[in-house]
Amino acid sequence: MSGHDSKYFSTTKKGEIPELKEELNSQYKGFDSSLRCFVANRGLVRADLLVYDSSFCINCCSISSNFITCHPGVLELCGSDTEYVYFTCSELCVLFGAGKINGNGNENESDKRKDAVKKVIAAMTVGKDVSSLFTDVVNCMQTENLELKKLVYLYLINYAKSQPDLAILAVNTFVKDSQDPNPLIRALAVRTMGCIRVDKITEYLCDPLQRCLKDDDPYVRKTAAICVAKLYDINAELVEDRGFLESLKDLISDNNPMVVANAVAALAEIQENSTRPIFEITSHTLSKLLTALNECTEWGQVFILDALSKYKAADAREAENIVERVTPRLQHANCAVVLSAVKMILQQMELITSTDVVRNLCKKMAPPLVTLLSAEPEIQYVALRNINLIVQRRPTILAHEIKVFFCKYNDPIYVKMEKLEIMIKLASDRNIDQVLLEFKEYATEVDVDFVRKAVRAIGRCAIKLERAAERCITVLLELIKIKVNYVVQEAIIVIKDIFRRYPNTYESIIATLCESLDTLDEPEAKASMIWIIGEYAERIDNADELLESFLESFPEEPAHVQLQLLTATVKLFLKKPTEGPQQMIQVVLNNATVETDNPDLRDRAYIYWRLLSTDPEAAKDVVLAEKPVISDDSNLIDPSLLDELLANIATLSSVYHKPPEAFVTRVKATAQRTEDEDYGSETGNSESPAHVADSSASPTATSSGVPYAAARQPTPVSPAPAPAAPVPDLLGDLMGLENSAIVPMDQPASPAGPPLPVVLPASTGQGLQISAQLTCREGQIFYSLLFENNTQVPLDGFMIQFNKNTFGLAAAGPLQVPQLQPGTSAGTLLPMVTFQNMSQGPPSSLLQAKRKRGRTPNPGRYQGLRDKRGGLLCYFMPGPLDLNNLHFGCTIEFAIANFWIRAYYNALFEDVIVIMTLDDSEVIHLVGFRTEILIPGTAEEHHALDTV
Amino acid sequence: MPVAASAIYFLNLRGDVLINRLYRDDVGGNMVDAFRTHIMQTKELGTCPVRQIGGCSFFYMRISNVYIVIVVSSNANVACAFKFVVEAVALFKSYFGGAFDEDAIRNNFVLIYELLDEIMDFGYPQNLSPEILKLYITQEGVRSPFSSKPTDKPVPNATLQVTGAVGWRREGLVYKKNEVFLDIVESVNLLMSSKGSVLRCDVTGKVLMKCFLSGMPDLKLGLNDKIGLEKESQLKARPTKSGKTIELDDVTFHQCVNLTRFNSEKTVSFVPPDGEFELMKYRITEGVNLPFRVLPTIKELGRTRIEVNVKVKSVFGAKMFALGVVIKIPVPKQTAKTSFQVTSGRAKYNAAIDCLVWKIRKFPGQTEPTLSAEVELISTMTEKKSWTRPPIQMEFQVPMFTASGLRVRFLKNLNTKRGVFHARITRHTLRMQNEANIGTESEEGTAHRKGVVVLACKTRVLYACKTRRVLSCKLRLAQRMENAARKTKVAGV
Repeated sequence: MSGHDSKYFSTTKKGEIPELKEELNSQYKGFDSSLRCFVANRGLVRADLLVYDSSFCINCCSISSNFITCHPGVLELCGSDTEYVYFTCSELCVLFGAGKINGNGNENESDKRKDAVKKVIAAMTVGKDVSSLFTDVVNCMQTENLELKKLVYLYLINYAKSQPDLAILAVNTFVKDSQDPNPLIRALAVRTMGCIRVDKITEYLCDPLQRCLKDDDPYVRKTAAICVAKLYDINAELVEDRGFLESLKDLISDNNPMVVANAVAALAEIQENSTRPIFEITSHTLSKLLTALNECTEWGQVFILDALSKYKAADAREAENIVERVTPRLQHANCAVVLSAVKMILQQMELITSTDVVRNLCKKMAPPLVTLLSAEPEIQYVALRNINLIVQRRPTILAHEIKVFFCKYNDPIYVKMEKLEIMIKLASDRNIDQVLLEFKEYATEVDVDFVRKAVRAIGRCAIKLERAAERCITVLLELIKIKVNYVVQEAIIVIKDIFRRYPNTYESIIATLCESLDTLDEPEAKASMIWIIGEYAERIDNADELLESFLESFPEEPAHVQLQLLTATVKLFLKKPTEGPQQMIQVVLNNATVETDNPDLRDRAYIYWRLLSTDPEAAKDVVLAEKPVISDDSNLIDPSLLDELLANIATLSSVYHKPPEAFVTRVKATAQRTEDEDYGSETGNSESPAHVADSSASPTATSSGVPYAAARQPTPVSPAPAPAAPVPDLLGDLMGLENSAIVPMDQPASPAGPPLPVVLPASTGQGLQISAQLTCREGQIFYSLLFENNTQVPLDGFMIQFNKNTFGLAAAGPLQVPQLQPGTSAGTLLPMVTFQNMSQGPPSSLLQAKRKRGRTPNPGRYQGLRDKRGGLLCYFMPGPLDLNNLHFGCTIEFAIANFWIRAYYNALFEDVIVIMTLDDSEVIHLVGFRTEILIPGTAEEHHALDTV
Repeated sequence: MPVAASAIYFLNLRGDVLINRLYRDDVGGNMVDAFRTHIMQTKELGTCPVRQIGGCSFFYMRISNVYIVIVVSSNANVACAFKFVVEAVALFKSYFGGAFDEDAIRNNFVLIYELLDEIMDFGYPQNLSPEILKLYITQEGVRSPFSSKPTDKPVPNATLQVTGAVGWRREGLVYKKNEVFLDIVESVNLLMSSKGSVLRCDVTGKVLMKCFLSGMPDLKLGLNDKIGLEKESQLKARPTKSGKTIELDDVTFHQCVNLTRFNSEKTVSFVPPDGEFELMKYRITEGVNLPFRVLPTIKELGRTRIEVNVKVKSVFGAKMFALGVVIKIPVPKQTAKTSFQVTSGRAKYNAAIDCLVWKIRKFPGQTEPTLSAEVELISTMTEKKSWTRPPIQMEFQVPMFTASGLRVRFLKNLNTKRGVFHARITRHTLRMQNEANIGTESEEGTAHRKGVVVLACKTRVLYACKTRRVLSCKLRLAQRMENAARKTKVAGV
């Protein structure tokens, strides 16, 4: 019963070959040339086009020995870098027989079209851009065949955004489908429409949605409920204006539990993204929803429980009632239901005062939590992270269940680590023997990280449980005797903490520790050992010898070992002021003050030196002072944070142990957007406004509030703007600028981070120096520019224009730079948009080639900076990437707003260096975008061209 | 927010996208590249299933040779997401008829897209029951080729069933022969000290049901568990029959079981899905019987020789016997040569799994066969070759034996014409498949060891630390129950 869809990826059926071949032959020429072009663009040296009887092959040899095979349906590139395979429209038409896509209605045709669309979907899946087939695919939408319809809808979801104008073609069919007698089609239409985030479509969605919310069929209603949430995400105002929220609230009282569940989910999400109270749970809705809980699907129960967990019960009695009705959910097989129920019960338990009830609830919650540990390891991990939180709030729940957290031999490492953490939390005087036995066992396993953590766990138990400390020490000593290097080192680190916690209690073991002195090679272990020697110098007979052995390598040690060594030597000297230590201390102080670059070390050494030389008694008071007792709170979470995390059980927040704001950037982004909008309306500029930031070097230029020159001439952003490209309204722009003369000052100052790379040095810029870099803030890209006027005259009327470039980068607004007085500088943040003025690969390379031969470039083609007299000062060249010369350069990775684009650095034209990394922090950084600035007609330019 | 996913990706081991589906707009289309570079191509893979990269979080699971990656950018419900993946894989398996791997995905990508569209909407999981979905999501292979409009007729019915209160069973099922099969599968984890005292012991069991019943049967299951029996005797005001009662620590049920009724009346009543499903799971920590004791002794003789002695003791009644006993004793990878002596059965060295495999076809109760083997290792230069010492594994079947003692007392169908009828257990074919994991044990300070060189001592340390046995058994008790429904027709046909 398995399908055979893989044929769409690799091979084609025999029967299709002749007709496809016929078509291939008719368009053979176009195909040939485009493919050759494509091959050439990828830096392949040789391409052969072979036509076989049954299949159609292109063999390419390249430097990287890639191999391309092309069958009528598929183009495959075997080898290292498959990402460079792409199709042009004509190729696809040939490959997929797109001409056939527009067949008409009979059964045979429909099957053929289905096959064709399947091929398109297959191409889409492997990441090829098939958006050029949009019209053809949409034409297949009007079909009786449900499967074909679903495929077309799937295609639409993926590509409607890239073809917003064409997407409108689909609207009619959507509206028609939403009235189909078949509820599946009605639901499908509404569901898909909600996924297409194109404004024009959204308008047409409202009426069908309204109808579907009141549909007779629950399947359609439940789909429509979710669709309201989708619409709210696209256009919140529209949802509120059209009264969808009310309809949604009505659905809570629906007689079908699944509709209720989806309505609750949608409302909860809308509430989350809105500041106004939209979905408030009253005691009435609460009881209704709790009743619906019994009939819902498992997922519906999760939605409802999650929504209800935000409900604050009025008093203890209500809380008890709620808990009573939720408790049966703990027996559910679905872990998400269980965790959501636990969350809700924990929330309500806060209100319950009766200790009996609380105790009873704790008893009831324990077994389901334990049972979660028999699920898949990934689910176990989630459960363990949550249990970690739960035991911090209510340790009694699992106090008797510590055995279930013992690691199994085949647990994945992340489960073991979490179990260990919980075992430490649950360890008590009663079970410590068992726990220690376990830890000791773990300390002999093979995974180094786990072993270290186990050893550390023993130490933490010792610090936590005073009465067990001695047993812990015994275990640690046994482990040290094994003489496995990393175990010994880890043991020494924790023993140091134990000494801190219980001073003057366990010093007898120091002798054992000293035996393994010479095996220590990790800084932390070394530092700990040195600390121990220093701290107990008076009890170690040969303390000076031991320290001396470390001193030999003093200059090579890492900083914190050096610091420890310094302190320990001072302690030794204070405790045993004899000849040996005195010499040692001189060596150390000398080393630490003269021969080091580390200021911390030097400062500390000086302080000791002064102390010792002025008043040794005072030094004693300072260095040998009583230390505060430590406790094991390294992994405890702050109570208020814990509250928040407990309210987020089962969610990502509880897994990361971070509040949602710490990792969800979306909330912030929307806030930022509204701010921007406010600002935009203020300036009268409908596009995103330019952010002009003060540079610290130019207080006078901006604070003096010099009005902008009225003679500004914004140049079009791109020669042929895409439909959505901003075409600045000249008048509005000017007005706006006048009105907002002060606004730029309120903008956040440009980042005080590293200085911007200089793109136009003052020497070439006739006194004007420009530094610029692409930066990314809150998901938006800015071109951060800094102008420094080193000339004798004020400069004004800056403009910027971007070339067509591979990434379609263009300015989203005009460049706003105040008049630059001589000797001042001004910074600005120019908002950028992407995919606006895309260059079309090959044509631009042609252009470059012409330039290469020394023709005078047309200045109008390049973005430029003009001075007041209108002369072209310079131009930026952020592209285009010369695809013809890719193989001469090195790899460049480029990404814009979560997009990753790999490009090559064009070594011939030093005009583009684009590097971008996506690091672990929230914001994506554009690390560098250097533009080389050439001044046309100058010697530099000729030089640059000549070197080419 | 109970959102489970913004996007879902299916990747093969190389990181190629097999299937991707974006449910929400808040994650970029190319986030999977970040996953590839930051997780798949680094050592991070497998260290943590939830990772944050940039503004997005990735949850991933590996299933055979496929990675399923979920991407979210909001504070999503992780438990929900992972459970969704698990259920979705089960669903796909049921559609593909078995395996879920890269080939199966490529072969069925259209179907998977269709299913992904149906089972999740805007990141919210919808109905994932295979039974119901198969009503209206079919593929060419399933549908008869001549019906051009196959969806028209059954569909209105299907939509009601998807959303209905019994979203897991379709209506109008008719079976000539109404049958129910119940399997009890138990897996026992036992931890013993070297002296033989039990440190930890628990049973996790499942009741699996295979159900071929007509109509909408309302079933009620009775087990010999303590709480259920007590409740029953309370209700009926008569003492329970003598016999062993089992105390279940925790029970979880399939979504078909009415939890509220279980909570109040302690009865397991449900309308079962058609076909095979997991009715309940339970945990027991007390009163566990084990059929075998395994006493391994592993001695290190020099650097290249290991002496293995394993004694297996059967502790069940002398009249009973175990069938198909297989004991797998792990040995280090660098094993070169082995020689055996067994008192019963046959043994051989299997290099593919690095185990000594000892097979005993029939194993009577109250006996203790032994295996003694000598293993020669290739001497390696890296002396501190650590060996994970995996546990000894055991598989066996013991008819008429359960570790927990759980039994099915009755299975009633409340929908029959007579009102109540008891399913009679007509046959008691009890099959057990057991698996035991036993940690290797070694003895310290034996006479052989004393004169051994230092190197061997180091190795000795590695073995000597493990001083207890881990024994976990998986008991499978199959109780085949045939409904007496042949005579009394089940209602609702």
